[in-house]
Amino acid sequence: MKILKTPRFACYVSAGFPSAADDFLEESLDLNEYLIRHPSATYMARAQGDSMTGRGIFDGDTLIVDRHIEPSHGDIVIAALDGELTCKILDTHRRMLVPAHATMAPIKVAELSDLVIEGVVVHSVRHHVRAG
Amino acid sequence: MFALVDCNSCYASCEQIFRPDLRGKPVVVLSNNDGCIVARSAEAKALGIPDLQAFFKLEPLLRRLNVHIFSSNYVLYGDISQRVMNILQEFSPEVEVYSIDEMFLQLAGMPFDLKDYGQTIRQRLWKDVRMPVGVGIAPTKTLAKLANHAAKKIPQTDGVCLLDTPAKWQWLQRRLPVNKVWGIGSKIARRLNALDIHTVYELACADRKFLRQQFSVNVERTVEELNGRPAIALEQQPAAKKQIYCTRSFGEKPTSLQPLLHAVSAYACRAAEKMRAQQHVVRSLQVFINTSPYDADYYSRSQVIQLPYATDDSRVIVAAARTAVTEIFSPGRRYLKAGVGLLELSDKQFAQSDLFSRGPSLAAEQLMTAIDNINRRYGQGTTFLAAQGSGQRWHMRQQYRSPAYTTRWSDVPLIKC
Repeated sequence: MKILKTPRFACYVSAGFPSAADDFLEESLDLNEYLIRHPSATYMARAQGDSMTGRGIFDGDTLIVDRHIEPSHGDIVIAALDGELTCKILDTHRRMLVPAHATMAPIKVAELSDLVIEGVVVHSVRHHVRAG
Repeated sequence: MFALVDCNSCYASCEQIFRPDLRGKPVVVLSNNDGCIVARSAEAKALGIPDLQAFFKLEPLLRRLNVHIFSSNYVLYGDISQRVMNILQEFSPEVEVYSIDEMFLQLAGMPFDLKDYGQTIRQRLWKDVRMPVGVGIAPTKTLAKLANHAAKKIPQTDGVCLLDTPAKWQWLQRRLPVNKVWGIGSKIARRLNALDIHTVYELACADRKFLRQQFSVNVERTVEELNGRPAIALEQQPAAKKQIYCTRSFGEKPTSLQPLLHAVSAYACRAAEKMRAQQHVVRSLQVFINTSPYDADYYSRSQVIQLPYATDDSRVIVAAARTAVTEIFSPGRRYLKAGVGLLELSDKQFAQSDLFSRGPSLAAEQLMTAIDNINRRYGQGTTFLAAQGSGQRWHMRQQYRSPAYTTRWSDVPLIKC
């Protein structure tokens, strides 16, 4: 479902002098525009677990995932592994999904062509105060 | 040249997007209230699970065959459809959104190999959205529809069928019964059969003037189109642009959800009644609520909802409006105003029936007419839906609904790290 932004009752008609600032209005900063290059190909997700802390992704972080970008070596990706969505670093050289955590072992992928990538993590958001 | 891009088992495919474990598995989607099966993945079709059958009858079979069952999640389907349509618009400057899962694209003058172009479209939609589609390309919309059918049924097409010469479309037309033609319903098909017209090819070769006399100018246009001569234009603008809004300010500002639900139900009913009076059906509606703009903590939200099919049934419209207001409601505020707008209105006479849902029934039709007549005679509000404020909670049965992965923060997919 598309939630459409509707203009609030923005225009008040007043009888006083117009503000000089009216001629210099700019759009407010928009995080969607800043963080999402391919809106139709992007989804949000929630990180669960500690395997990516080395790259700054912690349990409960929000992930912004772009399916349109072609995944390349070193990218943080979402992979479908045994039917489960998992976040790891893509190592195309050694054909591995690598966790960013000292004590966790990389996952060897027999054939890279068998590996289904469900998007590249383009940003992650740490919540220092409860969001929403 | 026109392309028709059509999502394969749209609702079932939507359910597989964030569930890679379900890809290649049998999946069915149930209608509102979990009544009957309205979508089946290719694997479910292969198991011989019939369409549009009562769920309770099939449930034991589905369980035995390990079929994955979902209630309809129109929030998800609407968002995914929007994404598909947005991407498709990049492929042509002239498009027609034909239904939630189908779009016509004008491809005239495209300097590409059209079959390759069709494959590019398919691959792009799979990569960006994980939506499998079929693409039919031909000189007319009717032929593009037919080509799309072939793209889905004939594996050798690899999902793209280009009918660019008479030899190609006639080959297909000889192999398909006349009821597969866009615009030829089962009633007309039976009458055509009685005239010894059975295959699409026989229809394409039939005498146009005779058909026009026997049926209508629409059938004549269809025959023109089957011969590669465009007779039906792309409808870039929805046929009817009118909208109906019903909005009120509250005397006593409600703070809880229940009165808002009642109010929005009542407004939706009123708007639906107005719409029926002008012989229209609606495809999407908008619901909004706001507090006073003079409040320090001004809150104003609106949401647009796509209905499962074009309808004038108050019950369907009210259900959608209630879902919307539940979603945008934020507790602890004093609401000043709420409203419902019926957006995509179209002529009821030309309403398109939906492949994936039963659509409006005759019984619903009679019920709505009866309600309108009573209210016209005895005054507005003489008969009304319980949702408008009988004090009872009214909810759809949706036992197997998946999360609203793309539209609700609490529902976004969890990723194992």
